[in-house]
Amino acid sequence: MRYVLMPLLAAVLAVLGASGALALDLRAAVLRVDYETLLPISRYDLRAEDLGFAGAMLADEDNGTTGRFLGHTYETIHKATAPEGADAALDEILGQGISLIVVLARDADLLRLADRAAEAGALVLNASAPGVALRDEECRGNLLHIAPSNAMMADAVAQFAVWKQWKRWFLVSGSNPADIELAEAYRKAARKFGAKITDEKTFEDTGGARRTDSGHVLVQRQLPVFTQGAEGHDLLIAADASDYFARYLGYHHWSPRPVMGSAGLWPTTFHAAHEAWGATQFQTRFEALTGRYVKPEDYNVWLALRVVGEAVTRASTDDAMALRDYALSDDFELAAFKGQKVTFRNWNGQLRQPILLYDGMITVSVSPQDGFLHRVSPLDTLGLDRPESACSAFN
Amino acid sequence: MKMRSVSRPLTLALALLAATPALANKAFVSNERGNTITVVDTDTWEVITEFPGGNRPRGITISPDGTKLYVCASDDNLVRVFDTETYKEIGTLPSGPDPELFVISSDGKHLYIANEDDNLVTVTDTEQGVVLAEVPVGVEPEGMGISPDEKWVVNTSETTNMAHFIDTSDYKIKHNVLVDQRPRYAQYTADGKRLFVSSEIGGTVSVMDIAPDGAPTLVTKIEFEVPGVLPEWLQPVGVKVTQDGNRIFVALGPANRVAVIDGESLEVLDYIIVGQRVWQLAFTPDEKYLLTTNGNSNDITVIDVKAEKAIKSVQVGQQPWGVVVTPN
Repeated sequence: MRYVLMPLLAAVLAVLGASGALALDLRAAVLRVDYETLLPISRYDLRAEDLGFAGAMLADEDNGTTGRFLGHTYETIHKATAPEGADAALDEILGQGISLIVVLARDADLLRLADRAAEAGALVLNASAPGVALRDEECRGNLLHIAPSNAMMADAVAQFAVWKQWKRWFLVSGSNPADIELAEAYRKAARKFGAKITDEKTFEDTGGARRTDSGHVLVQRQLPVFTQGAEGHDLLIAADASDYFARYLGYHHWSPRPVMGSAGLWPTTFHAAHEAWGATQFQTRFEALTGRYVKPEDYNVWLALRVVGEAVTRASTDDAMALRDYALSDDFELAAFKGQKVTFRNWNGQLRQPILLYDGMITVSVSPQDGFLHRVSPLDTLGLDRPESACSAFN
Repeated sequence: MKMRSVSRPLTLALALLAATPALANKAFVSNERGNTITVVDTDTWEVITEFPGGNRPRGITISPDGTKLYVCASDDNLVRVFDTETYKEIGTLPSGPDPELFVISSDGKHLYIANEDDNLVTVTDTEQGVVLAEVPVGVEPEGMGISPDEKWVVNTSETTNMAHFIDTSDYKIKHNVLVDQRPRYAQYTADGKRLFVSSEIGGTVSVMDIAPDGAPTLVTKIEFEVPGVLPEWLQPVGVKVTQDGNRIFVALGPANRVAVIDGESLEVLDYIIVGQRVWQLAFTPDEKYLLTTNGNSNDITVIDVKAEKAIKSVQVGQQPWGVVVTPN
């Protein structure tokens, strides 16, 4: 293939001018920290061995197809590690001279890894951590967030609920720190968009297996009792970042009210049934390559590396900080199968993007909803806004 | 139906009585969701019939003699061929997987087809029913344009964001031009000196000057602005240029408007309000009318080209995608 295409390079250069003149060989890495967790409530949510890495494989193919016309090649290495080995894994990546690193890790680990990468002048792209603080007072100049924050997700749900005029919420949250943080995002979203939390309850995490034979019998007895007596509400919002109870709520909620948040209708960056805006082509490419359906982590990694690829294509450089600067500039825009271009908030490194609302089978709606306006972009109605952000690393 | 079969010959007779006899043409509209083709009389603007078009019909074109209708049946992974009089399927052509848009050579012998799923442009011989060539292009090929001298076929790739210039003498790519996000459509002017490429997510139309040897030079990008419409929804898709090159029409997707652009100054002169989510465009052969497919209102809008006004909308099938009009 290559020897056929090489003579074409001259013609390509003639058209693209100086911008296409550099042959570049891009190397990136995906670092995934694997935590000890209980198995998910649903078998459909079992983690694939290649979670996240699969998105990198597709991104290398997509970027490589474009790169063929420009003399650019892309190679991404994949590394999975236990939390205690994360720093060493990062050092190994940096030791190979790689300075573009997509990380799938929890908030605290991500922050430590980003700081360690900064010392080597490397750029980190966050593909999973949802903490709002990472985009606020804890932001870092070498850390771009591809994954949406808890605030963006909660705002996406809140806008839809308000659009439906379902403004009275019964908030049920988990007891783990991540659940508590997510619940806070829903409280803020309610205040931001004029909904009211009429009642709140915590569902204690007492540990133990989540799936047992005929476990539904006990669930059917316990959940109605747990949710009985809540103040009048239109909607139950579940804040269960740890995936241990929200999925049970749907038909076991005492009141005949819909569930949103961590179950029922939930916010996501992507799912395997999403077909609008040309996404079918993404799905068929991903499935042909990996033999399974896409998960949000795969999409986030793909998108992170597409950000890199797009910046390389337009800015003709492989320098990590120059690519960061281009991604944060007004010139940067990227199509991501979400109906409008995605761009970065250049004041905290967060990727602006529509959020899909998903019921487990189809895209039910996409936020931002009609009528929610913002002076910069309707996408900025989702998540932390500039005036409220304490991030100064991008000034 | 009985009424219609009587009135049609009458309309024809009346038309023949007029000073300049205009034979009625037929517009064929592919309905992506309905899996049908709607046939519209471009004289009376009545729907003549609707017939099955295969699974997920999108790109649609017609043989130069007007006898054969070609439809990209995307989910069938082939091109279906229909008789434009009887509406019966008369055959299929190999297209490569997921055909979306195509162009036909002026002798009707070659179809150049974009295969969205396979990063290929497939060249199909319409007479032999065989694939002549597969040209590797960028990710998600979609738009297809052909130069008036037919020496070049231009393909746009939606994720690579390039216009690829394929030399039709050897089916090799000779030029690539980067454009804005998600290029959907490529259209040459009749004199072959200009090429327009619409970028749906980028919100622009790239304008290229074409040298006598076919080499493109990007000269400018046309941008759009409509008071009261969010810039995010100004999403250019279909592009058509009048024969004299004086006017360029650009369908703006969910902005529900067609932009009218001056061919000389490249200034946007007006925005014509049409149906919802307007994607593809087609002129009637006399260029009196421009038809638009409106996917979210299930209709086509008829634009009076000279007046630059929408004069009528015609309900068609579910989610109209493409449109083509029979030649004279």
